[in-house]
Amino acid sequence: MIKPLLVRPKILTPVRFHYCPGCGHGVAHRLVAEVIDELGLREKTVGVASVGCSILIYNYLDLDIQEAAHGRAPAVATGIKRVLPDRFVFTYQGDGDLASIGLAEIVHAAGRGENFTVIFINNANYGMTGGQMAPTTLPGQKTTTSPKGRDVGQAGYPLKMAEILAVLDGPSYITRVAIHNPGAVIKAKKSIRKAFQCQKLGLGFSMVEILAACPTNWGMEPLTALQWLEKEMIKYYPLGVFKDTEMMAPSAAL
Amino acid sequence: MDQVMLKGNEAIGEAALRAGCRYYFGYPITPQSELMEYLARRLPEVGGTFLQAESELAAVNMVYGAAGAGGRAMTSSSGPGISLKQEGISFLASAELPCVIVNVMRGGPGLGTIQPSQGDYTQATRGGGHGDYRLPVLSPVSIQEMVDLVYNSFDMAEQYRTPVILLTDGVLGQMMEPVLLPEEITHEYMKPWITDGCQHRPRRLIKTLYLDSGELESHNLHLQAKFKRLSAKEVRFEGYHLEDAEVLIIAFGICARVGRTAVDHLREKGLRVGLFRPVTLWPFPSASLKEAAERVRHLVTVEMNAGQMLEDVRLALPGREIGFYGRMGGIVVSALEIEVEIMRIMGGNGG
Repeated sequence: MIKPLLVRPKILTPVRFHYCPGCGHGVAHRLVAEVIDELGLREKTVGVASVGCSILIYNYLDLDIQEAAHGRAPAVATGIKRVLPDRFVFTYQGDGDLASIGLAEIVHAAGRGENFTVIFINNANYGMTGGQMAPTTLPGQKTTTSPKGRDVGQAGYPLKMAEILAVLDGPSYITRVAIHNPGAVIKAKKSIRKAFQCQKLGLGFSMVEILAACPTNWGMEPLTALQWLEKEMIKYYPLGVFKDTEMMAPSAAL
Repeated sequence: MDQVMLKGNEAIGEAALRAGCRYYFGYPITPQSELMEYLARRLPEVGGTFLQAESELAAVNMVYGAAGAGGRAMTSSSGPGISLKQEGISFLASAELPCVIVNVMRGGPGLGTIQPSQGDYTQATRGGGHGDYRLPVLSPVSIQEMVDLVYNSFDMAEQYRTPVILLTDGVLGQMMEPVLLPEEITHEYMKPWITDGCQHRPRRLIKTLYLDSGELESHNLHLQAKFKRLSAKEVRFEGYHLEDAEVLIIAFGICARVGRTAVDHLREKGLRVGLFRPVTLWPFPSASLKEAAERVRHLVTVEMNAGQMLEDVRLALPGREIGFYGRMGGIVVSALEIEVEIMRIMGGNGG
């Protein structure tokens, strides 16, 4: 019998992405779709779309989805999960959304140990509004609102969200991955799968920070953008697992 | 039916519970904190969820999530907190999610005071947040009516798929009165739009983004049609001594309660004074007010603000001269002040 190596995930709708060439959202969407398919969670899942380029995630994932106001996805997810504790809830947020306007919401949802999963796309700028400086913009990185490069003396230092949230007691699993090459993409998928499993086991808040490219707003060709991600972004935002309580949990034996 | 002595804020909490509310998200602010304190104790007793949010923004967005997931949810606050909730309220209105939002008004603008006022009338009745929307706004005059209107609020919210505002103030929130509490009045509404995992059905979306202008206009027209339906069906008011009134006091909430005492005193003096009280501040009972005003010589609006409802009264009664008496800063209008004002209007010959 011939087994296909790769099939289109069932929950990925047959619609063309609106994302720019080289944008990380397409890959990240697909990974989320594959994991939900593989875990058989489609009919138990409620997604929360956040403001940013990825707000239209509901065009691409065949799931029940609520759209949240800018930054408020973790609060919306909290409301959903409190009503439907046996459903699978995830937010999909960008860095402007999660690390700037929604900082309070993400920190407190993590602190409360809300049992949902956050997919956090860090592309070091505001994509949807046209490439302005984000809390995650690297020192020296040029954006439309840091035209001479981010000056840390004036604009301060980037926020390292995975590290910040990992010091809290609420989260069960916090990791940072990247999707700049096939090997990294496979690792990213494993992390997403693990984060979803933490939720399934009821271990509490889980987040996968995904370093992704934004070639259009970075003013780079897609390949150059991936190289820049590998060379510059990972240097500032080291990949790795920052928190993992699954191993300590009694239910891990399941 | 239980008769109990309850503080206004607690009465709202107990009534919400008995109206089937099982999810409360809020943030402490005076003079409404007893409401959340009460539900923090009571909701777990009935298997509900109480969650103290990190901010008003988070609280109202938790309500958004809970309502979208099919839960009967509520939040409450006072002036400054309600302003913070406006972002979420605009989203709730656009996404057509039912919930109840309580505003126990304090004096503003800014932090103002923790004393009562009616300064949020305009904010409440004009939607309050960005975009074109309106919300039903109910204004009680007693703790008993607070309880009754809480039941109505949850029904209206689910029937019309809209947030409903219960607009009250620090006096009613803080005072105690005996109230009759019905055991439980819970109406179940079909919710074929909630997002709870698309088992055996196509997926559903709860959203407010319409990038296509035509689509957004259609959505706005749909909302406006709903507001029109609401305006036609849900108008409420109360009249007191309207039959032979020569002077009509128009007031809502605590001012109407004080106004009623003023009417009684003035009637004892032989003055023909009546009171018109909108129970729904939006939709405003314009037609009924017009009818009530036809036979009276003088009209005066009494409010604990600079004359916010006065604008709606003027819209209802074009061409009429309308007096205004108001206090601000957390000062409660007294019956005596109203009586002096009415006698002044009537030419000082009230004796």
